[in-house]
Amino acid sequence: MKHIVHKPYWNFEKEEAWLNEMSTRGLAMSDYSWCRYVFEDAPNGKYIYRIEMLNHMPTHPESLAYLRFLEENGVEFVASYMRWVYLRKPAADGPFDIYTDIDSKINHYRRINLVWTVMMVAEFIAGGMNIAIGIINLNIGERLGNFSYGNLTIGIAVSLLGVMFLLLGAPLRKKIKKLRQEKAIHE
Amino acid sequence: MPESSERGALTEAVFYILLSLHTPMHGYRIMQTVRELSNGRVDLGAGTLYGAINTMLEKSWIKPVAGELDSRKKEYEITPLGKSIVQAEIVRLDELLQTGKRIAGGRML
Repeated sequence: MKHIVHKPYWNFEKEEAWLNEMSTRGLAMSDYSWCRYVFEDAPNGKYIYRIEMLNHMPTHPESLAYLRFLEENGVEFVASYMRWVYLRKPAADGPFDIYTDIDSKINHYRRINLVWTVMMVAEFIAGGMNIAIGIINLNIGERLGNFSYGNLTIGIAVSLLGVMFLLLGAPLRKKIKKLRQEKAIHE
Repeated sequence: MPESSERGALTEAVFYILLSLHTPMHGYRIMQTVRELSNGRVDLGAGTLYGAINTMLEKSWIKPVAGELDSRKKEYEITPLGKSIVQAEIVRLDELLQTGKRIAGGRML
């Protein structure tokens, strides 16, 4: 039987933990589209799930080669969304982690953080320009038209999105910093 | 010969992968072998292994095994350069071990 759950996630590790918790309860995720998870019945704890952001879209030749390699190693590709892929492996095959050394963990976090940073910068530039146009137009007696407050409203809203992306990246940056410290003394 | 930047320590993962590839094998077998060689201590993630294989292919420390057309799984083996890298690492580890035992003492099992 199929079960559909709608749920938003901002943090892939929390999402991963949730999928694994569902799996222990006999619900194995089998498909994903934006905020929509499909689960199928499976023996309790049959699969371990991992989520990864790839360097390229899943259809890119490099991604295909990587996914094929994973498949050869018993890792099943379940679903993808943008550059995110959902992977699983039967728990009976032993522990399942994608990245087991500090460097590759740091690289993965940086890959995700870069996306949030680019979005943040884009939002702040767009927001800042709207606010600037609104203020300038107000100061010249709305000679350009009666749209100043519209611009200010949009500018503030877009800037708030920028703040959201800033906050999304914060836990990743913290983790990267911690791993870097660890790397200074351990492999 | 290794460039100066390659005189540093190898990661445990790389060292064990190079040891494993003294016998040609594919990815999954490498993971199993590394786990066995390290008595279960080093568990390689598939993503980490994939990155390490690609880097070592680029450096020509390992190479794909030719032939076996019908085999979907790619096999790799160590190159002479890879072997010399392992030898250099053994010398380095030996020095660490000797110095460590001399100064801090070592428990003989």
